[in-house]
Amino acid sequence: MDNEVAIIGIGMHPFGRTDALSGQQQGAHAVREALKDAGIEWKDVGVAYGGSQDGGNADALSNQLGLTGLPFVNVANGCATGGSALASVIAAIQSGMAEIGVAVGFDKHPRGAFNPKPKDWGLEDWYGETGLMLTTQFFALKTRRYMFEYGITDDALVRIAQRAFRNGALTPHAWRRRELSYAEIAESMAVNLPLRKFMFCNPAEGGAALVLCSAKHARKYTANPVIVKAAVMRTRHHGSFEVFNPGLAAQQSPAPTVMASRAAFEFAGVGPQDIDVIQLQDTDSGSELIHIAENGFCEHGEQQHLLASGATDIHGRLPVNTDGGCLANGEPVGASGLRQVIEICTQLRGQAGQRQVPGTPRLGYTHVYGAPGVSAVTILQAG
Amino acid sequence: MNLDTSPKLACPDLLRLGGEHPVLLGSRCTDCGEVYFPASEGCTRCCSTAMEAFALGSFGTLWSWTIQGFQPKSPYNGGEAEADFQPYGVGYIEMPSGVKVESRLTIADPAQLKIGMPMVLVLLPYRQVPGEAPVYTYAFAPA
Repeated sequence: MDNEVAIIGIGMHPFGRTDALSGQQQGAHAVREALKDAGIEWKDVGVAYGGSQDGGNADALSNQLGLTGLPFVNVANGCATGGSALASVIAAIQSGMAEIGVAVGFDKHPRGAFNPKPKDWGLEDWYGETGLMLTTQFFALKTRRYMFEYGITDDALVRIAQRAFRNGALTPHAWRRRELSYAEIAESMAVNLPLRKFMFCNPAEGGAALVLCSAKHARKYTANPVIVKAAVMRTRHHGSFEVFNPGLAAQQSPAPTVMASRAAFEFAGVGPQDIDVIQLQDTDSGSELIHIAENGFCEHGEQQHLLASGATDIHGRLPVNTDGGCLANGEPVGASGLRQVIEICTQLRGQAGQRQVPGTPRLGYTHVYGAPGVSAVTILQAG
Repeated sequence: MNLDTSPKLACPDLLRLGGEHPVLLGSRCTDCGEVYFPASEGCTRCCSTAMEAFALGSFGTLWSWTIQGFQPKSPYNGGEAEADFQPYGVGYIEMPSGVKVESRLTIADPAQLKIGMPMVLVLLPYRQVPGEAPVYTYAFAPA
């Protein structure tokens, strides 16, 4: 395609806890890092999209970066905020609206689990008051049912968490950098069985930003552009098993992840077998377990063997979450999807150091999923 | 369950009391037949707004389950001190119409919970604060 868009700059503020900086300051830091990486200045940027869940408006970053008059659109799309910002920047560049665009996500969540308000979700107060409105419960209920249907044991959940922390220990900017033993994970606190403490990621803080331009101009700015072959966002259909649902439909239907993944592979003209390095939403071990199959990387039920055989490790056939994913990095909701893209760009550029996948990876894949039933997928190619 | 006066319910619109067992109430689309819990004003399957009241019944089977292992933050209002919090069971119960209802469970012992087991609807005093009338919600118990 002659109107493809390339990523020419990546930047992050490391995820975790940074008491001295606001979410917006961490977002602005990420943008400056991405501009530096692309070798351009903020005044060169023609359009920006960005957002956070708890960190305030993205367009307020202009107060720190410079009031250049550019169109800066706030995105509020839950866990798909980063993916939606990225898809919007791509569309803006393809339309000719701007030559260079920025996608940015950042966040700063209070400690502990999220405590959503029923009314914000169209639900009555009783649902929260009686103790049913918890994201951790939802992930556990969905995982339990999935394990029942496909004959998967707790072993798979432990191995996913173990690999995440093993990869996190190799990632200089990760939040959780200590490897955990199998027993430490398997015996950690029963938060919502079958999911335990070390199988859940934590809400966190951080920022992530990308600089993009038309692929035909990318080499003016960088020797190693990454081409966006697909960036797709989808929402749920009737019958999908989603968070905060007092009732589930009689007939289940495929998750938004399945729809986003299929569309992305179709746009990109490649298949799951062509992907060299993968980022999957791992809010918890159960989510990643389900997402390996929903994104087409194996059949439902095959995960148990894949995980036990090391196929999803950095040196395996399907390297998943090479930077430790959400489990090792935490989840600043607005920034999380762009962290995944940055990790894939780093791998495709061959700059991932100790966690670099072997060979010369050409195609990478990112996937976010979250409330209230949204998913965003990208397919990225070394330029 | 013997109740001297009518119980204080967190969710009075969801239940019909008075019979041998409480009955859960939902709605059904008169165009495509899809069943909803709680009652819905529109059908997300066929986009119709022609909905009628529908009784889901009192019996079902356990479709999935977990144990809530930590005390939820507000808006949970169980009212107990953090030190007194006891983990509770939560599950989805598949009703005869096929709809799955999310519910508190009366038991929180993993050894006693098995997908497919028969369950029956009861009232559960989930909020018991000294000096106040207990507040009840619907829950499912092994049948």
